[in-house]
Amino acid sequence: MGIVASVLKKFHGGVHPAGHKELTERCAIESMPMPKRLVIPLHQHLGAPSEPVVKVGDKVFKGDLLGKEGGFVSAAVHAPTSGTVREILEHPIAHPSGLTMPCVVIEPDGQDTWNPQLKGVDDPLSLDPVDIRDRIKGAGIVGLGGATFPSFIKMSPPRDKVVDLLLINAVECEPYLTCDARLMEERSREVVEGIRIMLHALQTKQCIIGIEANKPAAIEIMQKAVAGETNIQVVTLPVMYPQGAEKQLIEVVTGRQVPSKGLPVDIGVIVHNVATAVAIRNAIQLGQPLLKRIVTVTGRGIVRPANLEVLIGTLVDDVLAYCGGLKPDTVKVVMGGPMMGLALYQTNVPVVKGTSGILALLRNEAPESKEHVCIRCGSCVQACPIQLVPCSMAWFAKTDQIDQLPGVDLFDCIECGSCAYVCPANIPLVHYFRYGKLSWQAKERENKKRELTKQRTQSREERLAREKEEKERKKEEMKAKMAAKKSGGAAADEKTEAKPAVNKTGSTKEPAATESKSGGDDKATRAAKAALAAKAAKAAKEAKSAQGSES
Amino acid sequence: MSPSSLLFTSSPHVHSGDSIPRIMEMVIWALLPATILSILVFGWPALLVIAITTLAAMVTEYLLLKIRARPSTLGDRSAALTGLLLALTLPPHSPWWICVAGAVFAVLLGKQVYGGLGFNVFNPALISRVFLLISFPVEMTTWPQPVGLFGDAALSLGNALALIFTGHLSPGEVMDAVSSATPLGQYHVEVISLGKTVQEAMGGSYSFNYLNATGGLIAGSLGETSALLLALGGIYLIKKRIITWHIPVSMLAGCLVPATIFWMVDGTHYPDPIFHLVTGGLVLGVFYMATDLVTSPVTPLGQIIFGAGCGLLTYIIRTWGGYPEGVSFAIVIMNATVPLLDQYTRPVVYGKAKKKA
Repeated sequence: MGIVASVLKKFHGGVHPAGHKELTERCAIESMPMPKRLVIPLHQHLGAPSEPVVKVGDKVFKGDLLGKEGGFVSAAVHAPTSGTVREILEHPIAHPSGLTMPCVVIEPDGQDTWNPQLKGVDDPLSLDPVDIRDRIKGAGIVGLGGATFPSFIKMSPPRDKVVDLLLINAVECEPYLTCDARLMEERSREVVEGIRIMLHALQTKQCIIGIEANKPAAIEIMQKAVAGETNIQVVTLPVMYPQGAEKQLIEVVTGRQVPSKGLPVDIGVIVHNVATAVAIRNAIQLGQPLLKRIVTVTGRGIVRPANLEVLIGTLVDDVLAYCGGLKPDTVKVVMGGPMMGLALYQTNVPVVKGTSGILALLRNEAPESKEHVCIRCGSCVQACPIQLVPCSMAWFAKTDQIDQLPGVDLFDCIECGSCAYVCPANIPLVHYFRYGKLSWQAKERENKKRELTKQRTQSREERLAREKEEKERKKEEMKAKMAAKKSGGAAADEKTEAKPAVNKTGSTKEPAATESKSGGDDKATRAAKAALAAKAAKAAKEAKSAQGSES
Repeated sequence: MSPSSLLFTSSPHVHSGDSIPRIMEMVIWALLPATILSILVFGWPALLVIAITTLAAMVTEYLLLKIRARPSTLGDRSAALTGLLLALTLPPHSPWWICVAGAVFAVLLGKQVYGGLGFNVFNPALISRVFLLISFPVEMTTWPQPVGLFGDAALSLGNALALIFTGHLSPGEVMDAVSSATPLGQYHVEVISLGKTVQEAMGGSYSFNYLNATGGLIAGSLGETSALLLALGGIYLIKKRIITWHIPVSMLAGCLVPATIFWMVDGTHYPDPIFHLVTGGLVLGVFYMATDLVTSPVTPLGQIIFGAGCGLLTYIIRTWGGYPEGVSFAIVIMNATVPLLDQYTRPVVYGKAKKKA
């Protein structure tokens, strides 16, 4: 009863890409040997980059802080091993831009010595939920499914929201990847311990672990692991991409949809990846920050596919070399899964917290194909799990009709790639969506800037006019005083009546005139404004003197 | 690995393998049984009409892209499909110039002037058929009796060539096959114009037979004949997910529901729904014309409205219009509504549904 639907629901659309999980599903997790150099990016999570707290030459223990949170939505970064900070520099990272990011380079000392101050808690369930959140935050834990959203934020739901369900995302719907499946098979106890801590921290009664049916071994082991638990349940889900997307998983399990622009917590659900549960367990019970993760190294282009436990900051080059290197006809190296992962421009980039997989794809696995025109077949409409009309979104983005984009709900797109997967015309739809989103954001920024400039100009004009007016008034006052001295106090009353008239002629006219000018050449605008101001002042003077003369 | 040697393209990095040529080929495959039957039923002239029209469409496409200095799109098979579809809407003894004019019109004014495949508003084959029907009504409504490919009354290849290219048979030969009215034509003239009952019109010397109509052994356009084979091909396309059920089902309903109602009210002046189903181009239109990907809506609701409109207009034109057959007109009219339908029938986006009480 309650929030969980009695029967599994279906989400709209979805696709069935070939799994290719057989490459690594029987590869036990191995620890990769310590590399010679670790390059740890200060920004490997959603939100603001972290700020470095070490300097070149510093000796660090394993688990020492390298960078502290750079904002509310941000995550700390720690030293994955003990050693020396050799450099803090701009280094290539896995980013669509292919650009560099600030990274801390550590040369391991080979001792792998933990900071002795890092200690776990024997009885995590005795901790205060707030304490647990702080520890999760301190450990720099982010969502390990790939979205890398700082986990402590999801562990701190707003006071007015009740969390009815903790949903553990063990769907692993991306083809090729098996890191979560292996984690469950080999470390089911740790998963359950992590879940208990999370349930306690969230003060939630119910947890569901969602696993797709193509992982029977993991399902069996997890079912055994939760056998004694009354509030944790394993649910087998039919295989369908993108079921591991948060919104789709929630819809399947609860039958409810997360409101557009809303968060899962709005409908009483919190979703965490299964690997995140283990990271949280390690942070609370062992006191360990997030220093390593399991990475599936796979694809037909890799000589020896494997599931590796890799220190954050290990270079992809080192990982590939450890797995026997790339086969000669490898055409693409992807960080993440094949549906949503990022193609690497170069392989000397570090493994980060969100790196779930490294795929080396041969030509026949990742065909290079020419884009054709859309034949409006509607396959994308059928495949979209958000029920968008991808073909028209892509058309508006491609043709730079930026204003149309919000109208076709571009910002509800989760970039799962189902549309592009089925498109017979090979249109890189997701690429256009990203382009459209960025264009819209750029335009918004531009608009804001323009608005600000306009406001500033306007207030400047008003201020100038006010000053002018003030001057005039003072002048008049002086004149009036002089006159009063000469002819008595009769003119004093006129002065107060004259003032509103000045306001009307002076300051209301002016901003309207400047508005049309804003955005033009700076000098010309300034000159024009000065002229206007002078004119307005003159008009004010005339009005005043006219009134003065009437009296 | 050096940076430049890796492909650096957007996700997703895998693809279903579906392609435009594959879709077009599937449709051609689905049409093949009905096409072959039409040749068996109408003989050599039918083969010539199909060959000339298809070839002319492909040549036109090739030449136009040459002129536009664009890469050839013959590889996408859409020109071949347009040619085949057009041929199937033509009378079996259409002269060569009808075939060529139709093919050129379809590819040039039906498709390429809009910018090519994907941009055309109207179904190229149908807009071309409408053009032919209005411009050359005599040639487009001369229906020979089905005489078979090898039967006694069948034309030899030589005679067929002469008929298609010169308009008459080789000297000294006499045409055995007499022209005949299509069932819908018969209905239109006898019932609607002359006020006879359906039973009188279809019985007697005309002797309409449901089985022959379903199997395709009646007078009519090449592809109008075998409702059965066309429907089988259509179901194959739905199975293969080339088309969805929305348009076929709603279009059939749009035509057959009013047909049923009127037949039940007055069976002597309105033929039964089965008659409407197996005669004329309804099945061809339902599965191959209205479902044309480019010129039909992309949203499921849009497809249902579109299909229902096609069906209803077909029935209206057949029953009260000036032409005996209305499928082409109905679909072409509904093609014009597609942009509007697509705009106003967008599905409710995830998370934007109205909250249930």
